[in-house]
Amino acid sequence: MARRTFSIGGVHPNDAKISRNCKIETLPTPPTVYIAVAQHIGAPAKPVVAVGDKVKAGQVIAEPGGFMSAYIHSSVSGTVKSIGPRKDLSGNNQMVVEIAVEGDEWMEGIDRTDTLVTEIPQDPKAIIEKIKLGGVVGLGGATFPTHVKLSPPPGKKCEMLIINGCECEPYLTSDFRTLLEKGEQVVVGTAIIKKALGVDMATIAIEDNKPEAIDHITKVVAEMKAKSSDYAGIEVMSLMKKYPEGGEKQLIDAVMHRQVKSGGLPIDVGAVVDNVCTALAVYEAVQKNKPLVDNSVTVTGECFPHQANLLVRVGTPLSYIIDYLGGVPADAAKVISGGPMMGKAIANLDAATLKGTGGILFLTEKQTRRMPESSCIRCGKCADACPMGLEPFLLNRLYKAGNTEALEANAVQDCIMCGCCLYSCPAGIPLLDAISQARGQVMGIMKARAAAAKAAAEAAKAKTE
Amino acid sequence: MTTTIIWTIAIISGLGLLLALTLYLVAQRFKVEEDPRIELVEKAMPGANCGGCGFAGCHAFADSAVKAPNLDNHFCPVGGNETMKKVAEILGYEIKEKAPMVAVVRCNGTCSNRPKINNYDGSLSCRVKASLYAGDTACAFGCLGCGDCVAACQFGALSMDLHTGLPVVDESKCTACGACVKACPKVIIELRKKGPRGMREYVSCVNKDKGPAAKKACAAACIGCGICAKTCTHGAIVLENNVAYIDPEKCKLCRECEAMCPTGAIHGVNFPKPLDKDAVKARIQERQKKAREAAAAAAEAAKAAAAPAEGNNEIKKEESNG
Repeated sequence: MARRTFSIGGVHPNDAKISRNCKIETLPTPPTVYIAVAQHIGAPAKPVVAVGDKVKAGQVIAEPGGFMSAYIHSSVSGTVKSIGPRKDLSGNNQMVVEIAVEGDEWMEGIDRTDTLVTEIPQDPKAIIEKIKLGGVVGLGGATFPTHVKLSPPPGKKCEMLIINGCECEPYLTSDFRTLLEKGEQVVVGTAIIKKALGVDMATIAIEDNKPEAIDHITKVVAEMKAKSSDYAGIEVMSLMKKYPEGGEKQLIDAVMHRQVKSGGLPIDVGAVVDNVCTALAVYEAVQKNKPLVDNSVTVTGECFPHQANLLVRVGTPLSYIIDYLGGVPADAAKVISGGPMMGKAIANLDAATLKGTGGILFLTEKQTRRMPESSCIRCGKCADACPMGLEPFLLNRLYKAGNTEALEANAVQDCIMCGCCLYSCPAGIPLLDAISQARGQVMGIMKARAAAAKAAAEAAKAKTE
Repeated sequence: MTTTIIWTIAIISGLGLLLALTLYLVAQRFKVEEDPRIELVEKAMPGANCGGCGFAGCHAFADSAVKAPNLDNHFCPVGGNETMKKVAEILGYEIKEKAPMVAVVRCNGTCSNRPKINNYDGSLSCRVKASLYAGDTACAFGCLGCGDCVAACQFGALSMDLHTGLPVVDESKCTACGACVKACPKVIIELRKKGPRGMREYVSCVNKDKGPAAKKACAAACIGCGICAKTCTHGAIVLENNVAYIDPEKCKLCRECEAMCPTGAIHGVNFPKPLDKDAVKARIQERQKKAREAAAAAAEAAKAAAAPAEGNNEIKKEESNG
């Protein structure tokens, strides 16, 4: 049988999952944590604690700043030392709550035992409320508030829930380890999300470079199905290893053979996609009352001797994690937050982790060397590789010419910034740099236009009234 | 053979004439009526089409200027007052003269002042660099040094100084069109009044970090200490977000702030003599001493004036009691 995958573009980088055999280890609590109030897409949360307050682990320290926002909880127990700007991993100032750790006291009602709770008595509304109170956001990278995702706009019906266990980024193994070690919880989480959405079908999609995970989850799903009817309709699907399979739109194409149109949302084709770690966070928030205060982080790289998958409290300084594992290796030239394809180079190792931090990757000088840039030879490799069906060479040229209208007509706003074009370019042209700029410009123009249209419509309405 | 050549020439020429005539007639028939003054104004413009005036180009400026009731919202920064006088003459309007402006780079983060803390290996574009991170120095506000402003300048007035890593403005070429201001993602470049004989005083820093952090990032940063604002006798300096700003309208070019600045973040340019810091400091101290003495004297005088007044009150009280 042909291996299932998405139909347009994609590349095959070496998956380099060298930390795949490292069990998830709990990192000791750091002496101080710095919890950012903007850890999700949307409005930053508003701090509700004051300097000098005693907080417990799991206590709300910031409330949502709008509809598209999320609760932030303290990941440790201790005293709030300061609330103010601190340099994040790119060196820019971000508002953080600094908490000096004292002991490890948790809020009442949080179940931290390992007992598996499989019954789901709550109704969908209660589930979504609990997810919201748990501060759960998408842990696949975009940190989209999960409770917003699980409340589809009226008139849109979800047909299938897809749980993303692809982990197509090279090097990262935290999702894989989560599937292996907390497979049961992930499956319960899947059933909870399925119930919240009111859908009959759920697919846990896993790339076929992780056969152990596929076998384990298949077994768990079969066991659960025998136990309760809540688990009916959950399937496990093996997908061909190809980057960027874990992209929302690519995954929908691979699993459902449906294409999300330009500017559309997954719900338009009846799909909702969540990461396996999000499913785990949902399980903990709903069944165990435990908000999202820790996440698993892969620390890896060929030049890094002590590779590990760590369970890290949100707000732990990166330097604390690295020192725990033996410090920055001498031959590391670049440290990346996330994977090598979509991750961000870290300019400030004192920055703290966020909910969405998935990995710390060390690369040597040789691995990070950029190819010298030469002229485009019109080979079309970038257009072949683009999973969104765009023409990166053309977008690059249009950006250089400053032609925003043509950029919009060529759908630069659909770019998912996966970096396949840059990866495949034999001329070493920094296509993604140009395209991400162009995308920002065009999205800004589109937003301004939408706002102007809205204002005009309101003015017209006011006039008729 | 000859006849063929003659016929060919005749037919081609005939066709040419016929088509020319058609084009002429069509042009007459579908002529777009345009105010003839637009063309006159456009001819008076510099023709750089730089967009510095806020319009798409010189024609758009001319078109709008002709239709406008006055020229308050129209100013060509490239042509300056000369051009605007000509335009006003054509249209019969009056104009207010504007002081000539020049682009000023407000960053003093030279390679020696501001050490690098990491290596940037991405695209050589300030805009790309700014979107990725805070920059390769500890200062998140300063010049990124990739030269987007140089590329944006149509007049060749900007160049990168390879020793300092900062852009340099050639005042003789700068037309104050503002293209560099728009190109700079860190908003470091400002259009300022050129000043009398080009003399001007400005704070060459935009770092909004608190003093210690700013100082750590760059030896020549404005640390927001406020000494300049206290020194200034003209009220020209405001301190906001840990950065001082000199209002060019109020500045009298006395250079006292420059002498007092502990980090050398305040720059004075085109002054005939180099600044004698010690002399200026001595002058300021003398003045402050005098002011203190005067204040003390005034306080004493006030006290003296208040004492008899109190005495009077007591007398009055006694009188009323009695």
